[in-house]
Amino acid sequence: MQFTINGKPIEREFDPRTSLLDLLREHAGLTGTKKGCDQGACGACTVLVDHERILSCLALAVQYEGRSITTIEGLAPDRGLHPLQQAFIDHDGFQCGYCTPGQICSAIGMAEEIRRGTPSNATCNLSTERIQLSCDELRERMSGNLCRCGAYNGIVDAIAEVYAEPRE
Amino acid sequence: MNPFTYTRALDTSDAIRLASAYQAKYLGGGTNLVDLMRETLERPTALIDVVNLSSGIEERDDGSLLIRAATRNTALAEHRAVRTRFPVLARAILAGASAQIRNMATVGGNILQRTRCTYFYDKDGSHCNKRVPGQGCDAIEGFNRNHAILGASPACVATHPSDMCVALAALDAVVHLRSTNGVRTVPLTQFHRLPEGRPELETILGPAELITAVALPPAAFAVRSTYRKVRDRASYAFALVSVAAALELDNGLVKDVRLALGGVAHKPWRAWKAEAALKGQLATEENFRAAAEAELAEAKPLRDNGFKIGLAKRTITAVLNELAEVRV
Repeated sequence: MQFTINGKPIEREFDPRTSLLDLLREHAGLTGTKKGCDQGACGACTVLVDHERILSCLALAVQYEGRSITTIEGLAPDRGLHPLQQAFIDHDGFQCGYCTPGQICSAIGMAEEIRRGTPSNATCNLSTERIQLSCDELRERMSGNLCRCGAYNGIVDAIAEVYAEPRE
Repeated sequence: MNPFTYTRALDTSDAIRLASAYQAKYLGGGTNLVDLMRETLERPTALIDVVNLSSGIEERDDGSLLIRAATRNTALAEHRAVRTRFPVLARAILAGASAQIRNMATVGGNILQRTRCTYFYDKDGSHCNKRVPGQGCDAIEGFNRNHAILGASPACVATHPSDMCVALAALDAVVHLRSTNGVRTVPLTQFHRLPEGRPELETILGPAELITAVALPPAAFAVRSTYRKVRDRASYAFALVSVAAALELDNGLVKDVRLALGGVAHKPWRAWKAEAALKGQLATEENFRAAAEAELAEAKPLRDNGFKIGLAKRTITAVLNELAEVRV
């Protein structure tokens, strides 16, 4: 079965029970994506499939044949950092770091949803075309990613630095 | 997880033919089924992938919507017609799960979600009539803070977890089904079953029957509609109590009203009694409270969930008050 992972084509044969998370970690050697709860409750396994954020632990890999998957390893050019990775460092957006790859992939998926005008539970006016990434919007939209160290303030600051428009 | 074969269905007929031939389950986004299979609570020997069949939302001239079953939850919540004409549905979906899960989950799969009763999940330590019919229910005498207050039975006190379905129940949604016997339609309010003596039977689906779409009839009342979910944390948690409501006013009188509750029963709970109590009455807080009282009159608390009765009444009253103030 063929996939494009971080821009590179790969081909692997595997048991249909294999989750996309296990395909990435065990078959493709990409251990940046983390297994937290393995039941869709923590967000540590978040990856991007065709620019959309999903939970790789609840995804059967066979369903994603032919799709383009981006993990934390594929965000930055060689030896560099994605601006969001740098912002997480600058704002102490982590302590142990286990949830960080999921947080960062999730935030990148969130930015795409904001660009598209997808509303959230924090959006007051559902008919609005343009979503302002307020603190409430950011926290609601990132609520699928838990951080057991409680680095939320740093995480919010890091994401806001990269994606929130400055206040007028 | 038990072994299974995986097949991508080419079209609806192919899916039904394949599912009839094997002990198969249909696979949508997988957000509930994959978890249940990992826990071996579901043990299909074949999965028929229907996620690439029939997605998209059709707007009809009469104002109705036809939502194909494989439409992702995100796509439904961000659809312009849903946001502007059926806001209760967009709000309900956005109150559920997380963005990642809404990106994966389909409308059909959301309807077929199974309960999150912890005794149902605890296969090694608990009795559950849903899991093993006739085994008994440990929730009834156990930690049942999250369990049902309406329509429960001595066999099962589990709740249905979906937010989307609560809005669909309020909107008179109709589920389109297809099997080897042909097509049929069933109102969403009649699609899920109350537990009675057979809690393992959760819906009226027949063998290999597939949800192909959900239709929303034209609804003038839905413009003034919303969804409120009360839960233990501000986001990413199942409902303790939720309320989907729509209100159409005429000179201060309730011309039309729709009300459904989540987190309180084995199925999305359409509040028929409250609606009947309100129609033609003045849209006042007093009448909203009386309607809520009428709906909850037959609620039966368990050891830990008595608070849900008062919470449901207050939430219904607050949501209707809010809607009565909305300018549309």
